[in-house]
Order: sequence, then C-alpha cells, then structure tokens
Amino acid sequence: MPPGEAAEATEAPPDEAALAARIAAAHAAGEPLAVWGNRTKASFGRPVQAAASVSARALAGITLYSPAELVIAARAGTPVAELEAALAAKGQHLVAEPPDLSALCGPEGGAADGPPTIGGAVACNLSGPRRIALGAMRDQVLGVRAVNGAGEVITSGGRVLKNVTGLDLCKLLSGSRGTLAVLTEVTLKVLPAPEATATIMLRGLDADRAVAALAAGLGSPFGVTGAAFLPDAAAEAAAGVVRGLGAGGSATLLRIEEFADFIPYRSERLAALLAVHGQASVFGDEASRALWRSVRDAVPLRVAAAEGVWRLSVRPSAGPRALATLAASGLRGFLDWGGGLVWAAGPATEASQRAVSSAAAASGGVFWTVRAPAALRAALPVVPPEPPALAALTRRVKAAFDPKGILGPGRIFAGV
Amino acid sequence: MLAMPEPKPEILARRAEIVAALAERVGAANVIAEPLRLKAYETDGFTAYRRVPLAVVLPETTAQVAAALAYCHAQGIRVVPRAAGTSLSGGALPLEDAVVIGVARMNRILEIDLADRLARVQAGVTNIAITRAVEGEGFFYAPDPSSQLACMIAGNVAMNSGGAHCLKYGVTANNLLGVTMVTVEGEVLELGGAHLDAAGYDWLGLITGSEGQLGIVTEVTVRILRAAEGARAMLVGFAATDVAGAAVADIIASGIIPVALEFMDRPCIHACEAFAHAGYPLDAEALLIIEVEGSEAEQDALLAKLAAICERHGPMTMRIARTAEESAAIWKGRKGAFGAVGRISPDYLCMDGTIPPGRLPEAMRGIGALAKQYRLEVANVFHAGDGNLHPLIMYDANDQDSFARAEALGADILRLCVELGGCLTGEHGVGIEKRDLMTAQFRAVDLDQQKRIKTAFDPGWILNPHKVFPLVDA
Repeated sequence: MPPGEAAEATEAPPDEAALAARIAAAHAAGEPLAVWGNRTKASFGRPVQAAASVSARALAGITLYSPAELVIAARAGTPVAELEAALAAKGQHLVAEPPDLSALCGPEGGAADGPPTIGGAVACNLSGPRRIALGAMRDQVLGVRAVNGAGEVITSGGRVLKNVTGLDLCKLLSGSRGTLAVLTEVTLKVLPAPEATATIMLRGLDADRAVAALAAGLGSPFGVTGAAFLPDAAAEAAAGVVRGLGAGGSATLLRIEEFADFIPYRSERLAALLAVHGQASVFGDEASRALWRSVRDAVPLRVAAAEGVWRLSVRPSAGPRALATLAASGLRGFLDWGGGLVWAAGPATEASQRAVSSAAAASGGVFWTVRAPAALRAALPVVPPEPPALAALTRRVKAAFDPKGILGPGRIFAGV
Repeated sequence: MLAMPEPKPEILARRAEIVAALAERVGAANVIAEPLRLKAYETDGFTAYRRVPLAVVLPETTAQVAAALAYCHAQGIRVVPRAAGTSLSGGALPLEDAVVIGVARMNRILEIDLADRLARVQAGVTNIAITRAVEGEGFFYAPDPSSQLACMIAGNVAMNSGGAHCLKYGVTANNLLGVTMVTVEGEVLELGGAHLDAAGYDWLGLITGSEGQLGIVTEVTVRILRAAEGARAMLVGFAATDVAGAAVADIIASGIIPVALEFMDRPCIHACEAFAHAGYPLDAEALLIIEVEGSEAEQDALLAKLAAICERHGPMTMRIARTAEESAAIWKGRKGAFGAVGRISPDYLCMDGTIPPGRLPEAMRGIGALAKQYRLEVANVFHAGDGNLHPLIMYDANDQDSFARAEALGADILRLCVELGGCLTGEHGVGIEKRDLMTAQFRAVDLDQQKRIKTAFDPGWILNPHKVFPLVDA
C-alpha cells in the first residue's frame, strides 16, 4: 500500500479549528499530508508520497437545511447517505446523484474508513447519470468552508442560489481532490425529488444507433434525465441486479423523472419518437431506480479484482468510437451521459492506461484513472497532461493556496 | 463617488507610440484613437461613471487579442476588456491610461451541433443570437439576462450572467462547455471543450464570473437545450409582501420548480402598468408572475396546483393564462419594468443583491425603511424563487445630492442583503460599483486568497484594474 493510503497514519481532527491547526503545523514544518475523507476513493488519483494523512471525516453533521429555499449545508465528513436521507424526508434530493465508488476504488488491500462523505463527493466532483441533464456536483455547490495549505480557514460563496460576488472558489475547489484546500463544510443547492421514474429501453442497437437514439431523446422536449448505452456484456451484468432487464443484447436506456401523472404521456411520446430506432419497452419506478443506481455506480462493468477502471468524458457523438477503440485494446465498457461518459474496465496494465489516454485525446476529451495499482498510477498520468502554459497556471494556483505544496502533493499531477 | 485611480502620466505621454504599436499588431482599422470615437467607449451600463480610454482595440481574431495583450503586458499598460458594454456594475468602465480590448468584431457563430446539443461561437456574438440560430429546430440557450438583445457571450462569461429562468436552467456557469481564453501574457488556452467536466482544476468554473480579471475570452462553447413543449404564466396579486413571500415558500416546498417566479412591489406594479397597460392590479402590494412549462395538459395541471397553493394565502387577484397570447400579456409589464421605471424617474440605479428567499419580508421592510431614511423612491422587482433582488433606486442625475443619497442607499441595501444571509451581487457582478463593499461580505483572509489567484493569472494586475477587489493597487 502506498504510504499516503495507509489507514494507521490518518489523523482525523475533531473540528475545523483542530484541522486548521494541524495543517498550519504541517505548513510550518513543510510536512506533506495526504488528504482524505473516508478513503472510499483512495485509488482515484496518483499515490501521494506523504508519511502522514489528515482526514475531514470527524467533521460531521448537517448544519443547515431549508427545504423551501432549496439549500442544505453539511460538514465535509457527513456521509452522503445521511444527506440523502434528510432530503428524502422532505421530498428532495441531491441533483448530481454522486456515485458510490467504494466497491471500486477503496484502499488497496484494506477497507475504507466509512461510507462516502459529501466532502469527498465535492472534492472529486463525481456526478451520476443526471449530470447530462441537470449539472455536475460542482454546479450545485453554493458555498464552501475550507482550510488552505497555510492552515487558514477560507470561505467562498454562501447559502443563496445566485451569487457572483468575487472569484468562484466553490467550483475551483470542487474536483481539486484536496490539493488546494481541505473542505470542512459545503452548502449545496437541492431540488424536489421526482415523484416517479420511468425508463424507456431499446434492445439490440449498436453503439452508433444507440447514441443517435439517446441524442434524439435528450434533444426532445420530454425531459430525459438519464441516457445510457450498455453493450451486450454490460447489459448482461446489469440484468444480474435489475429485475426484469433479462437477456436481449445491448440496452439503450432513457430515464424520465416527473410527477407521476406526467409519466405515461412522456413515456408514450418518447417511445413514439424513438420508434425509428426500435421497439421500446418501459420500466416502471422501482426497476428504474435500481437500474440507474447501478449505472451510477458503474455496476454494469462487473469489475474483476485485479482489473483497472477508467472514466472518459468526450463529446457525446464521439462515445461509440471511443468505446470501439478501447475494445480493440482489450477493454470493455459502457456509455452514460448520452454517449459523453465512457466507463471502461480491463487489465490494469500500462498498455490499457495508454489506450485510455489516446482514446480520450483522439476524441478531444479527458480521462480519469479510477482504479489501478499504485505503481501504475505513479508511473503514468491519471488525467491528461496539461499543455505548458496551463501546467504553469496549475502550479501557480496550487501555490496560491498551498505555498509549500503540502496538501496531497502529486495527487492529480506529478510534482504538483 | 467611488474613488478612481490616477492615470499614469508616463503612459499618457506615450499615447501616440502605443496606438502605433497596437495598429502594427492588430491592423490600423481595428484601433480607435480619435477622441470623438473614443467617447463612445467612455462608460457602460453603469453610466454614472465615465472615463475616456487611451485607445480601443477591436481585434478580429484570437491571435490579434493575444498580440495586443502581450504588448500591453510587456509595456505595463492597463487593459480593460469589453464586450457589449451593458454591465450595470461598471465592469467595462475604462480608465484614461487603459487600452480597451473589445471582442465586438468577433461575432461569428462557428458551429452548431444539435445532436451534441452545443454551439461554438466567437465571444462577440450576442446572447440572443445563439437562441435565434437554433430556435427554428426548437432549441435555445438558457441564460437570458434582460440585456440579451445587446449583451455578448464574452460579457456573460465574465459576469456569470443569469436571467429570469435561472431557477430551472441555471446561470452561465452551468451552461458552458468550453472557452478559448487569452492570458495576460498572450498565451492562448483551451479550457474545457465539447465534453463535460474538467480532469484537472476547474478552470472554466474559475474563469466564469471572474469579471475580466484573469484573461480575455475569445471563443465560447455553450450547451443548448431543447425547449419545452410550451409555457404559460399566471399572475397573482397579494395585499401584503409577507403573504406573497409565504406563497413563494409554499410553491418551492410543494415540489414544483416554476421556470420563472417573479415578484414586483407596489411602486413597480404602478410603473409597469402605466407603461405597458398589462392589466396589473393597482391595489396589490405584491405581484407574483409564475411560469410553468410542459405539454398543454401538464401546464394545466401545474397551474391548477399553483393556484390551489396561492388560494391558501388569500390572493386579491389571480389570472391564469389560457393561451400563449394571454401569457405574453402577463409578461408584458414585467419585461418592460426597467423602462417603465425609467419613464417615471429621470435616472435610476439598478441594484442586484441576493437574499435567502425566506427573508423576503424582512428585506422588503428593511429596504422600505432605508428608502425613507434617504428620501428616495425604490421600486422592487425580484427573481423571487432564487432570492435575487433588483431594487431600482430612483434619483436625479442633475442633482449631486440626490445621486450621493442614491449611492449610499444602494450600498446600505446590499449590506442588508449580506446581513440577511445573502450576498452583494446575484448576477450583475461586483465591477466598480460594489468594489468597496466586498469587505462587508468577505473577511481579509478570504479576499487575500482571491487576490493570490488573481496574481497567479495577472502578476502585474493590469487586467481590468480597480474593479472587484477593494482599492488594491499593484
């Protein structure tokens, strides 16, 4: 296990002030720290060369929830599930439906320290199927409190839905994986949860036809909030967890989430629109929820123990070609986000890593290594390298938050 | 009056040389240096402040923007980026020793892809032009600031512009895929693209709303959306602001997210009615315009649910549009609100704070008390669902005392927004207008963090100086 991913070295200060003091001490000593929540996404990033780790997991609890104002705030270590339960009790939900990747990318050879936290979901900016229609995790972040690399508690944004006051550090910190500042509290926009969910499914399409069907659905006025394509193997894997999916080759899936009264009309219209692509079948509420949860968490990849996992974000129409290129390199996968999100799994080798990197580059998109052995994550980039001018900005902005480079050094880019 | 920096005499003295150097880099036809033509650039939508710039450059290509910026950077010449110049916060206000770099001549739509639901445009394309280019196929570009006929996408990115439909569709930041940005050194960066999400740091998120402090955007890729089948509005009048506020809270809590949820107070209702004859109830203290989308049957169902919620709060009047024409009639007054206030007052300041929607009654009482204290009339028009307030402070620009009171009242209203848990600006930006109020919202440590990021992009602080950050001089 890489030193920065070892559980025994992780300190979890009890509150924000203690966390700030710990980071200030590390800053004074020039001591690098790995930055964690519950380490459910330990392999999402390069291994950090740090003897000590600091976790925000002890900062827990919902600090504000105002359903009529569509806003919830929680300390960074609060489990995502706790927010989801509090929201569900008031008929609301987290718009970006962050995936639970703990089964895929927990610490090598060990267990995570607990369930996924909201701080981790924001710090990794991981979003589920609804991303294509309603935005990413970062789009819902209204305000943050965080400790920068000098041990200072900084804030940005607030608790209101519209705010353009000053530079938007909420988005910059989202997805920065703890390398600029350690999130201590986040304030999120939430939305009413739909009364009902339905899924329109077409079977047996090839990837090109499937993405054309997804584009037609997303370009329709019927409010599609999920658009995925599961090739044969992925559809078969999903059938193992979703009752009623059954056999029948690839599955092209479109989700509608609405008031229950509106579902029949929208399902019919969508099925009619897609009739040129094939005969549609419709899944009801319960099966739909199970299906999209499995798509969200990449269950259809059916990842074997030693395999690597990658995510690519490309122009939606480029998804089928990326999938084909990866298949030629021995990787299997499926598409979400109307074709724009490619999930891939296969041998955790340098050859696979390079295949992912070139497939992303060929389609003008990006990739993230989600899981691979530490040695591979250290040897090859886990995200596309930046051109020199941008890489220089990355280093300068990193220094603007963390002058001594102590927060998760090397987590995203080697040497930063 | 807000303090403005002294122009650097050594730069003013080099004016002819600078103009010649810029002409060499971007072509003489793209440089404006004649005093009469420069005067057209002396202000923006925040017209109380005027400064004629040293020169104006209107490049036609990203490469020309880069050449102009690289030159100014090397020479230490201040640069004020400009799009359409519709900023209400002075975001494009020039300085006497600054070169304005405007993107107005970069106005071509480069690519429209309905299958991938995106449009790539040059930064000087107007907001409305994007929707116009795709509406024939039933698509639209969602952010719709009131200035959308004139304002350009570069300015929308710089200010993270919103509009009346943000509650459902989000603001500019939520509808962007990529930008081409030129750094102060003249480096051309591609941030984002045709795909979603950043692999490294979220540059797109940081650039959006950065008010020209970090670079100049020359190309933008936006998401376009398929429009709903239809939309209709309803109008509800209440006898008291508190009651309207409670109705708004009940609507949001009911699970319905209207596509628009607008609030007007009595002075605004009267001004709009006199101007547009939209049939607004003149005896109401508060008016809500609520719009929903969907099929005809869905619109009917949603409007019926909303009517039932409003009924519980005892409205004075309620009018539900049955057709698109009736809906347009309801919107007619609201859409002309700024013009309507302009007709009853020689001048007005349009403020832009945000509050938690639950504090609406307190905000209204507070604004009323402050207006009385400063002996000025205020008309209020709000995006009620997201708490974004637009108090319109009426004053007389020919009366220095009236203007001074209007500025002081505006500042107090924004401080009130912050005290109520909100912020200084929801969609207009800080610009010069709210620069000195930033310390009301941010602690020194927060502002210092932002300033270090600014320095990382613009070490010499030459980009849009003396805006956003309270009186900082590099």
